[in-house]
Amino acid sequence: MKFAHNPLLAELLPAWRARLMLIVMMALFGGLVARAFWLQVVNDEFYQRKGEERFSRVLPTPASRGRVLDRNEQVLAMSTQVSAIVAESRPTRSDAKANPKDIGAEKLSPAQIRQLAELLGMDHREIARKIPENRGRSYLKRQVQPEIAKQILALKLPGIRAEPEYRRYYPHGEVSAHVVGFTGMDDNGLEGIELAMNRPLTGQVGQRRVITDARRNVVEDIEVLAPPRDGGDVRLAIDARLQFLVHSKLKQAVTDHKARAGSAVVLDTRTGEVLALANWPTYNPNNRDQLSGPPLRNRAFTDTYEPGSTIKPIIAAMALESGRYTFDTPVDCAGKLFFGRASIGDAHSHGTLSLAEVIQKSSNVGVAKIAGTFKPSDMWHVYDQMGFGSPLRLGFPGEAGGRLRPAASWKPVEQATMSYGHGMSVTLMQMARAYMVFARDGDLIPLSLTRVDAPQVNGMQVFSAQTAREVRRMLEMAAGPGGTAPKAQIPGYRVAGKTGTAHKLEGGAYANKYIASFVGFAPVSDPRYIVAVMIDEPSNGVHYGGQVAAPVFSDIMNATLRATGVPPDAPVPVLQMAKNSVTGKEGW
Amino acid sequence: MLRLNLLLIAALVISAVSMVSSQHRSRALHTELERELTRMRVLETEWGQLQIEQGALAAHARISDLAETKLRMRAPDPNRIIVIDSTEAGQ
Repeated sequence: MKFAHNPLLAELLPAWRARLMLIVMMALFGGLVARAFWLQVVNDEFYQRKGEERFSRVLPTPASRGRVLDRNEQVLAMSTQVSAIVAESRPTRSDAKANPKDIGAEKLSPAQIRQLAELLGMDHREIARKIPENRGRSYLKRQVQPEIAKQILALKLPGIRAEPEYRRYYPHGEVSAHVVGFTGMDDNGLEGIELAMNRPLTGQVGQRRVITDARRNVVEDIEVLAPPRDGGDVRLAIDARLQFLVHSKLKQAVTDHKARAGSAVVLDTRTGEVLALANWPTYNPNNRDQLSGPPLRNRAFTDTYEPGSTIKPIIAAMALESGRYTFDTPVDCAGKLFFGRASIGDAHSHGTLSLAEVIQKSSNVGVAKIAGTFKPSDMWHVYDQMGFGSPLRLGFPGEAGGRLRPAASWKPVEQATMSYGHGMSVTLMQMARAYMVFARDGDLIPLSLTRVDAPQVNGMQVFSAQTAREVRRMLEMAAGPGGTAPKAQIPGYRVAGKTGTAHKLEGGAYANKYIASFVGFAPVSDPRYIVAVMIDEPSNGVHYGGQVAAPVFSDIMNATLRATGVPPDAPVPVLQMAKNSVTGKEGW
Repeated sequence: MLRLNLLLIAALVISAVSMVSSQHRSRALHTELERELTRMRVLETEWGQLQIEQGALAAHARISDLAETKLRMRAPDPNRIIVIDSTEAGQ
């Protein structure tokens, strides 16, 4: 039998069937090629993106908040990275299905919780309470030191992670607390410079998209969605050395006089910089538990008081400027001045005093008489020019403007009391700035909390240079023998300044409580610094500005002049001293 | 013709292998970069802490306390200070 002769094979299929199959197969291949072309070339992004989404993640790039520095680049506030310890729980599943990698904090054993509690310095029951039961996350503790966080992570507890966050530190603590202020938990400024300059200080957290491998290591950067930007540093005018001196002298004075509070500021007369600003009571910005209540108030900026006699030199300057008075013009200061039923008098009645002596002895009667010769609107205009009645607008939060009523509503007695600083209110900062006029040659320059490098040449001229020089002499007399504040003197330097003792207003009436103040400058031959001191309710026997505030002024000014190396401008009895040190009667 | 094809195949294989190896190297380098960046952040944190520590140690309150108690220093009384005229000082 010949297989070749199989009749079935002998039957020839029609040629078109083979061709049809070929065409069909070609068409199918064509379809595949087209699909591949579509996926690989035309619409290639879709699956590429889908693929990347499986491995790519968006990570934040941390950015830190800028530092607050003093004028010599000492750090006053700075952020450093710490950790927040977070507990995460996973949805509960039957144990058989649970992947060991997939269990959360709810599976922590009591022993592990105890371990955690010990490291965090917390009670273990508190931690147990904070762990979320099902599918959730919560902070166990925030602002944990990096070393502790490292130890916790080394335990490899399920569901316990550390998240980076920042903590703000204030190395100088309470000393510069009122100027610098503080930030909240989320590193946002809440008080002081931290709030006023929040925008330049704040950093911008960046974002980047990365590809990670199975162990979540970043293997490739895809794109930067937003570049991180660290916050800028802010360089203040404050000098940390002076700030500490002022702080400690003020603290001493408030304690010695059993006062309720006190403030002191130091200004640079050439640049208008605020070199030091201290208030008592103060607070420690590093301790978050105490950040509330009256100690937070930056009294030099936010609290107004009746300035009392410190305002008198302005009236004297107006008198000189009017041309009707000279340095020596006699003023009758005897007895009392009557306005209807109200009367104005001096503690000790003076006879006839010269204009200079009115300031030196601080006669209310004399200065009220002089003020009576001016129109209320003229007096208001000068007070307004000196910056009273409106905030200084240094950008400091909560800055008060004080009270200066419009001249049209002044009664004669009010004009008289306002000439010696009652019936109006100011902040200590305004008062200190007003003395720029006398410490400089009659012009007023704006103040600055940030460092200024070039001296301010032209301010707003309020009085003539001649007037300013004469008032300076009067103020030197006031701080000298026969004046109200001989205790303001500093050996080796000529100082000038004016005391103020004002009754405190309580419920609309003057109470038997006082605010003692002193504003002055030195050295008189070329004034460099203005120091203003205010002590609220001194109650240890003495309450006059000359007894309470003037010695503080003297201490602060002395320390400031010596710390900055200002050459003495008053003769010092050199010979006697040389002898002293040779004979060595007193041990050094 | 055959030689050319062999040459092309060899070139293709070399290119493919070097592509894989360069990809691998890029990832390795990237991981290293990532590690260095992390190290930089750790060092930055440490530097910040050192700055704060320095600030706290150099705080004037501490220094004045140490000077007074430990070194028994004090500011001289003003009447014990002798001012030397700078013009005479050079002689």
